[in-house]
Formats: sequence, structure tokens, C-alpha cells
Amino acid sequence: MNLFIDFVTPIFLTISILILIVAYLVWLERKVAAKMQSRIGPYLVGKPHGLLQPLADALKLMLKDDSSPKNSDRLLFNFGPIWVMVVSLASFALLPFVFENQMIKTNLALMLFIAISSLIIVGIFIAGWSSNNKFALISVIRIIAQIISYEIPLIISLLIPCIIIGSLGFIEIINYQQTTWFIFYPVIGQIAFILFFISSLAEGNRIPFDLSEAESELVSGYTTEYSGIKFALFYLAEYVHLFGISVLGSIIFLGGPSGIFFTSNFLIVFKALLLFTIVLFVRWSFFRIRIDQLLKFNWNNLIPISFVLLLISCLLKYYMDLVI
Amino acid sequence: MENKIIEKDFGDLALNMGPQHPSTHGVFRLKLHLEGEKINRVESYLGYLHRGVEKLTENLDYDMIPPVLERDDYLSPTSNSLGFINTIEEMCNIEVPKRASYLRVLIAELQRISSHLVALGTYGLDLGGALGGGASLFLYCFREREKILDVLEVITGTRFHTNMNQVGGVRYDVNDESLNKIKDLINYLKPKLNEYYNVISNDEIFMKRTKNIGIITKELVMSSGGSGPVARGSGINYDIRKNNSYEIYDELSFEIPIGKNGDSYDRTMVRMRETIESIKIIEQILEKLPEGALCSRKPLKSAKLLKPPKGSHYKAIESPRGELGFFIVSDGTSMPYRMKIRAPSFSNLSIVEKLLPETYIADAVVILGSLDPVFGDVDR
Repeated sequence: MNLFIDFVTPIFLTISILILIVAYLVWLERKVAAKMQSRIGPYLVGKPHGLLQPLADALKLMLKDDSSPKNSDRLLFNFGPIWVMVVSLASFALLPFVFENQMIKTNLALMLFIAISSLIIVGIFIAGWSSNNKFALISVIRIIAQIISYEIPLIISLLIPCIIIGSLGFIEIINYQQTTWFIFYPVIGQIAFILFFISSLAEGNRIPFDLSEAESELVSGYTTEYSGIKFALFYLAEYVHLFGISVLGSIIFLGGPSGIFFTSNFLIVFKALLLFTIVLFVRWSFFRIRIDQLLKFNWNNLIPISFVLLLISCLLKYYMDLVI
Repeated sequence: MENKIIEKDFGDLALNMGPQHPSTHGVFRLKLHLEGEKINRVESYLGYLHRGVEKLTENLDYDMIPPVLERDDYLSPTSNSLGFINTIEEMCNIEVPKRASYLRVLIAELQRISSHLVALGTYGLDLGGALGGGASLFLYCFREREKILDVLEVITGTRFHTNMNQVGGVRYDVNDESLNKIKDLINYLKPKLNEYYNVISNDEIFMKRTKNIGIITKELVMSSGGSGPVARGSGINYDIRKNNSYEIYDELSFEIPIGKNGDSYDRTMVRMRETIESIKIIEQILEKLPEGALCSRKPLKSAKLLKPPKGSHYKAIESPRGELGFFIVSDGTSMPYRMKIRAPSFSNLSIVEKLLPETYIADAVVILGSLDPVFGDVDR
């Protein structure tokens, strides 16, 4: 009984709240996109402003006929979306934003978060490989090259605050930032944030880096053969992952729950939504770049900058420790 | 020989792009032979939208043909009927009243802007995807196009297939109200088109994706019969409106935008600058529009009465896509013995097989989009 209350209830609550938030992130995205393109966006389903649209979409996708291509590997084909969804939800166990503390208490939370969320790529690979579709195959090859290369600047940009703060746990990072948020840390903070922002765009498959589902070239990338609820799982997982990265950014760079007037866990989500909206603006105003340009940009620009920054912050930390 | 070696060493992945693909601009099939992301060999397959227009016209009276032809190149319907009617008028030596000629050019230039806006918008979809910045460009372009179509509706009663042109003149007149609407439209479009030109021509990612991609040399254009923005993008100063003027284009002053390198960027820029020139043309038409009759022929009792003399004739006009020519063979009856349409998209598209090898898949989409083919025009 104790186990049920302590363990199952928070998990259940987290997942349901998370999925609700994410469903309305899709609504937010459609509304922002509509504003940017001088349209109205979802309006009729649930007045005012189509507030029931996410539920209608989810219902429609759930009621759709479940189909899989003839020569696909059925087991893996069904396993792919489940893997992606489970992994992207699992990473939220470490984020301290739903309840007072995170569900798994560890002082290596950040490392674990990155490790878990980078497992998503395995599910995407399974999906693309088992669809037995050439578009999906090319998309999967692209996304692996992309995520492997962009993981490096992402991790390093997250390590820089950790080195200066001296901990990998979210609680310590939040406590450190009660006075100044890390984004206001002179020079290093801003560069690290920009690195983080760019590489998390690539991690979350957002335009201008959404090469894996470049629908003008690869029809729909690794989700080409998916429909109905399985497609919905991919879609949901993408937004969950993106929201997770936004929360991470808000904790590590924007000070988490600490605000100017009051301190509350609500502020973590608010800042994450702010980051998410910036991502939306980027998405709906840029073209897509080519895969070789994407990789060149990473290996020629992002990685050298991030390594230099890492070295500088290590030296800084060493010097500060000496002074103290 | 080379192909065999590639298949042995790496395996050569044949990817069908089309006929149902988001970015082939219609029903066109490209068979790409890939080595990784790189294209080794291309085979193109046409004819999915073949509607037999040329054969169909052999059983239609001359006055019945223009509405059918307007369905041919479905992004600029007027230029099709304009080309055909110009050919017939030269065959029969029919004079066209000045006012009618001005109105024809007015509608043709409005549709040139709308066609180029579609080209730019769909190019945005090719570059940025339907779920990103490309969609924004697409929707802005379609918003302006919608305004043009509204004005066309005011003038002709139809939004798109205007049926404005008839042999000997035009069908519909403009009045003060519709002229004011056109003026409003021009005042609205002018800053918008300039703004899009400035934004797109300086966009970093746009330049990265289109500069030095799909370079068409002058020789390649000449040998494959390319025309329109494709030829002008490669630096060939060839525009039938200037070089072999028809209607009243010789009375109007406008420039022919020309590119330098012949890459995708230049072709797009030529199209965008052409829309700005078209605005200038429309402004001059609104100033100069003379009074007079709309049609030089009396209303006919039967469509069978229009019989061009025996013989053949070729006449080309500048459609938004290039040289749109009509070759008509008449045997003296009221129906053509044979008609051949020289479609600009067809010749422009023939370059694609030579451009695509040694590029990436993403470039294939960009190059195809920059040629702006319309498959109603290609397959006829």
C-alpha cells in the first residue's frame, strides 16, 4: 500500500500532467504559427480559440485504423514508438518540476538525464529500420549522424555551468542560482546558453535542423509508414523531449524556480514555456539547411567553441578554488 | 560500366521521387540512383498528366479552343489563350483594338505576378518544409495572390481561368470601379513585393541552399531550348516581350532582369524582380489605357465561321515560364488540322537530368523547384 502511494501515484500524475501540457504545447505552437503567418489557427473545436483541438486530434488519431507495411518487421515496427515514448517520459523522473523534488534523488541527475534522453535515437532507428522504406532509411541515417554530432556541444554546454557550480545535481544548481542566474554569468554564461540553444534545436529536430523529417525531400522521414496512434506517440514524444530540454534549459541557465519577486516551482515551467516559444519563433521563420552544411557547422564551429569554453571554465574554476 | 562498379562496391539505392511526392510540383517521377546522400544517376519519367490537349483541339472550332487551352498551364491561364489567339490573329490578319490589347496585357501581367508568387511560395515549401519557415513564405505569397485573384474576379467574373481573350479582342471591359481596385492592388503589392525581395535575397540560409546549386551554363540552356527565367537566370537576354514584341509591349518601358551565374538563386531572383517589373507595366497600362472598342469582330452567329487560310503558322509569346509557342496547321476548315504547343516547362525540365548527378537529395528538390515546371504545361 505504501509502495503504491509513494511510487505509482507520482508517476501516474506526472505522466498525465505532462501529456496534457504537451498536448496544449501543440495547440500553442499552432496558434503562434498562425499569428506569424497572419492566419487564425485552430478556432472552431471548443470555443474560444479551439481549446479542445488537442483532444479532438488525439481522439482522431486513436480511432484511426492501425496499419503496417507489408514487408515490415512487425515486432520492431510496433516497438519503435513505444520505446521513444517511454524513454522521453522517463527522463522527466529526474526533473524537479512537478513535485517538490525529483522522483529519483541522485547527485548525478544531469548526467542521467542526458543519458536517458539520448536513448530516444535508438527507438527512432528501430522505427526507421523496421518500416522497410527507403525514405525512412535515409532519414534514420541522417538523424543518427546529426544527433551523435550535436550531442557533443549539447553536453559540453551543460557541463560548463556544472563545472563552475561544482555539482551535477539539479538541487545544487538551483541553489547556486538563487542570487544570479547562470545566463547572466559574465561571457561564459551567454556563450554557453547560445551553444545549448543551437544544439538543442538540432537535438529536438526543429527547423532549421529538422533533416530527419524533411518532408520536401524524404516525404515524412522515419514516420512515413506510421499512422494513427503510433504516429501520435512519435509526435507526442518529440514534444515531450523538446519540453524536457526546455525545462532543462530553464533550470540550468534561467535559474529554475528562483524569480525576482517570488520563488516557486511554477516558474520552472513558465521559463520552459518561454524557451519553447522562442524555439517556435525560430521554427516558423527559418528555412532548412542541408545535411552536409549541418554537420560542417557543428564540427567546424560549435565543437571547437565549446571545447575552448570548457577549457576556460575549468581554468576559471581552478583559479577560483585557489583564491578561496 | 561505371554503374556496375558502384553497385558492386557500395550498392546503389534507387529511390523513386514521385509521382506522388510532396515536392515534385505535380505528377513527375524522378528515379534517383543514390550513393549515400549523393545522386549518381537520374532517370525522369513524364506523362502522368497528359490530357491530349493538342489532339482535342483538332475537333474544336477555333473560337472554342482558348478556354480549353487555359487549363493547360494552370498557373498562368491567360498566357495560353493569349499565345493561341495571337497566332490565329496573325494567320487571319485580324486587327485588334488598342484598348483590347491593353486589357489583354493587363490581365497577363497580373497573372504573371500571381504565377511567380506561386513559384516563390512553393519554392519556400521545398526549402523550408511545410512545417516551418517555408510554410510562412508560402502563406504570405498566397495571401498576395488571393488579392490578385479577387481583382481578376471583379474584372472578368472568374477568379482564375479568366476567359478574357477572344479572337479579335477581349470579352470584358473595365470600369472606374475595377480600375480603382487595380490601383489599390498595385499600391498594396508594390511594398510587399519589394519587401519579400529584400528579405529573401539577403536570407543567410536561403543563400546557402541556393547559391552555386544547379548551375546551368549558357551552352546548356541554348542546347536544350530553355527559356524564360531559366534562360535569363543564366545571363541570356532573351525575353519575347522585348525581342519579338507582341501586343502593346513595345509601347511600354520595362527592364528585363538578368542573372549572372545561372544557379538556383539567380533564377529565383529573376522571377522576383520580374514581378516588380510587372507592377511597373501595370502602372503604365493604367495611365495609358485608351478608349475604344473591345473587339474588332462582329458577334458571330456560328463558331464555324472563323476559317484561317490554308497553311501553317508559328507564334510565340512570353509566358511566366518562358517561350510559349503555338504551331498551327490549317487546312482551310473551321478546325485546326494539327496544333503543336511549344511548352516552356517541357524544355526547361529537360535540363534536370543533366543537373542532378553529383548533387545531394536535398539539392534535387531545390533544383527542380527553381526550374518552376508546371505539369499541365509539360505533359499537355
